[in-house]
Amino acid sequence: MKVLKFYLIAVMVLFGFSSAKAQETLNGAGATFPYPLYSSWAYEYQKETGVKLNYQSIGSGGGVRQIISRTVDFGASDDALKPEEIEKNNLLQWPQVIGGVVLAVNIPGIESEQLVLDSNTVCKIFLGDIKKWNDAHIKALNKSINLPDKEITVVYRSDGSGTTAVFTHYLAEACNEFKEKVGEGKSVNWPVGIGGKGNEGVSNYVKRTPYSIGYVEYTYAKQNNLAYTLLVNPTGSIVKPDLKSFSEAAKYGDYNPQKHFYTWVTNVKSKGAWPITAATNILVAKEKVDVNKKVVKFFDWAFSKKGDELAENLIYAPLPDSLKNKVREYWRKNGIQ
Amino acid sequence: MKGLGYRKFKNYFFSSLCTVMTLCGLFFLAFILTDIIIHGINGVNIELFLKDPAPAGVEGGGLRNAFIGHLFITFFAVIMGVPAGILGGTFLAEYGRNSKFAKFISIFADIMVSVPAIIVGTFVYAIAVKPFGHFSGFAGSLALAIIMFPIVLRTTENMLSLIPWSLREAAFALGAPYYKVIFQVVYRGAKAGILTGVLLSLARVIGEAAPLLFTSFNNNFFSTDMKKPIASLTVTIFQYATGPYDTWHTQAWAAAFVITMTILAITITARYIIRGIEK
Amino acid sequence: MASSNIEKDFKSSSSRAFVGNYKSPALVDRFFHVLTAFCSFLIIAVIVGIIFVSLKESFPAISQFGFVKFIFSTKWDPVREIFGAGVPLFGTIVTTIIALVFSIPLSIGIAIFVTELAPQKIRGFIGGAIELLAAIPSIIYGMWGLFTLAPIMANYVEPFLQNSLGKLPIFNLLFSGTPIGIDLFTAGIILGIMIIPFSASIARDSILLTPQILKESTYALGTTHWEVIKDVILPYSKYGIFGGIVISLGRALGETMAVAFVLGNKNKLPTSLFDATTTVTVKLANEFTEADKDLYLSSLFYLVLLLFLMSFIILAISKYLIYKSKRAKI
Repeated sequence: MKVLKFYLIAVMVLFGFSSAKAQETLNGAGATFPYPLYSSWAYEYQKETGVKLNYQSIGSGGGVRQIISRTVDFGASDDALKPEEIEKNNLLQWPQVIGGVVLAVNIPGIESEQLVLDSNTVCKIFLGDIKKWNDAHIKALNKSINLPDKEITVVYRSDGSGTTAVFTHYLAEACNEFKEKVGEGKSVNWPVGIGGKGNEGVSNYVKRTPYSIGYVEYTYAKQNNLAYTLLVNPTGSIVKPDLKSFSEAAKYGDYNPQKHFYTWVTNVKSKGAWPITAATNILVAKEKVDVNKKVVKFFDWAFSKKGDELAENLIYAPLPDSLKNKVREYWRKNGIQ
Repeated sequence: MKGLGYRKFKNYFFSSLCTVMTLCGLFFLAFILTDIIIHGINGVNIELFLKDPAPAGVEGGGLRNAFIGHLFITFFAVIMGVPAGILGGTFLAEYGRNSKFAKFISIFADIMVSVPAIIVGTFVYAIAVKPFGHFSGFAGSLALAIIMFPIVLRTTENMLSLIPWSLREAAFALGAPYYKVIFQVVYRGAKAGILTGVLLSLARVIGEAAPLLFTSFNNNFFSTDMKKPIASLTVTIFQYATGPYDTWHTQAWAAAFVITMTILAITITARYIIRGIEK
Repeated sequence: MASSNIEKDFKSSSSRAFVGNYKSPALVDRFFHVLTAFCSFLIIAVIVGIIFVSLKESFPAISQFGFVKFIFSTKWDPVREIFGAGVPLFGTIVTTIIALVFSIPLSIGIAIFVTELAPQKIRGFIGGAIELLAAIPSIIYGMWGLFTLAPIMANYVEPFLQNSLGKLPIFNLLFSGTPIGIDLFTAGIILGIMIIPFSASIARDSILLTPQILKESTYALGTTHWEVIKDVILPYSKYGIFGGIVISLGRALGETMAVAFVLGNKNKLPTSLFDATTTVTVKLANEFTEADKDLYLSSLFYLVLLLFLMSFIILAISKYLIYKSKRAKI
């Protein structure tokens, strides 16, 4: 009987504890692409306002699925949903920040911004047609580098990824062979390689596997000291990934609020544009007006100078002011600001 | 004798082989434990328990939210799974003593002890997450409770069966109803055994990650709200170990160290209790 | 007064009388009886629940892909919405086989050592130590595998195997490919280490059941220790040993975390032991929260259903074998 009494008291105490008015928490999930930035914003936002933004980086596929089933307050996806899909699922979508996908390599002796690749070589590597690092195609672009006679280990995303969608869109646009053999999307049938979960998993595998190559969002390469490559963009110039080249590419997007901002900014034909750039998007459920207002408050804070500063520290390009205002108008039109 | 030397040699050879096998097994145990201790001890400091996680890629921070969350989830799992298991085991050993139905249940319970944990996770997702529209700590506890339940049930049944029937008869002879006999004679005698079962099931679920992946999900912040996603040590280890940041790796090892030492402590305690019974 | 109280108690235990506000023990007893029966029934409820929910959720996939086609198809294309369980099922089966090949000799050796060969004083200690392997959570095995074992496999073990056994005809196919450590082989070995305690402890229990008289009469004929083990103990306990192996098989089938870190998550049939692939459990862990189309999620539940049925059947077989081993036979 004593045990029972103690038991009941313990249950009631913990129950009370756990039901206590918790500090405001917003739950979001999705893209791993912007995760370093969102977690940095959330940290600052909590310090400033006390509101906790719990963001789980499970991949864009996960973000889309969770917001469609309404199991989170907002979803995040680099792979923008088409207007029909937005309407069908009664969602709202807007771009939040711009980032770039880079090729990270692990070749002993080779540092960042040394190796040069173009869309043709990248296609062939990820198709498995180019198998070794000292292949003629790669050598042609890198005459001054001594490339090793080693097999390339390709690392891709094993989960439903917006980064994959952006990367495969870039490849499918640039090479017909890739378009036909593999196609594009959040999850494709990669012919060769091993799969890591999230940008985090791919970075992890590239880091520990010599002679590997993987596609990751730029910040992950930077934060983990992975050597990334330069790319030849559609105008023929060699570009390096940075705020300038990301912003340059982002300028050319067709951000139409009527189409819920669905657009692509890969393979942009401008001299200084990074060819694998993308805006990462936020998705909310249209009917949850109160929750959306709180979500928008956070993301509007992220549009402020402080938010921009944090973004640029992590090499994410903030949206140009004109686009920010378009987004704000979109919010107002839909009653969530 | 022809062949005696050969037979002796075979004897020596195979006996040594078995010894080598055992040494291999012990070697793996030592290797894994030492690895956990070496890597984990580095990361265990007071900050790990007192601070919440820092943003991705930033140094510092701790796992306070994961420790607390894990505690809460496990606590509620015990509340749900243990009483049900003890009561169920009581039925199988007492009221259902001679029934075919009870034997049937016993067999199925044994099978459920080894059911893949991830299946329980998907099941609970379908019944406790999807219909409610959000992940929750309670769903995580439910998943762990479902895993604990068959273990507690079977150990209770076994322990109660060890109590000799004559003890019960003596109580019946005094006119006690069956439930009184159970509470005052059987439970009292099998107390230690039941506790062992509870401890072993606890040791099992503390280390589970798969069933929590789609039920309690995860939370980067400190929270005690079980109706929403909540952090847990094991899911955090999964996230951190597969990530690229070195700070994450250190913290994952530290968390692994804490969990492993806790489980070993519980397991060894349970063994001591069993030895006490057998004396 | 005392005697009438006893009479009252006695009468009310066997009748349904409700005397005043004294709650009849029979009622409480009935209540407790029903409560405990209900709790034990929950086992059936959970099993039926799992089957029912998995069937319901996987129904769209079942009607779309059928049974045979789903099991043998190796296409898993979320974009085009074509799903097939071929690769994960194959991966599950192969990792389990590797794990068994690795663990069976070890567990039987350990069981024999602990029951027959070890000096009496350390028997308990060694048995306990081996069981500690079972106490280590599987996610820790996974971490250890990723951070410690995989590099060792990649840098030492796999190249060694490639250069030695790999030169022989069949083995050169098994060991082909670049050894990066994140592959089938490493995953199989980790699984193997994990399941040793399950088969070892059941084998040990089974060996202990061998009647002393059988062993002694054989010794009386002048056999060596090993001959007694080989010709008397092992045949006698074979059902139990086999049952233990089947339980460890069931455990290996359902393992997620131990292999998720080192398997490579590749949805293709592995071309060698050093190739990455996927299993049912790893696929579920990686893709469950993100299946964004209904058919995708439904196919994952179809995998859940298949895995549950597989584990259930295997574990039932092991129960039967252990039951057979416990029936006295002289």
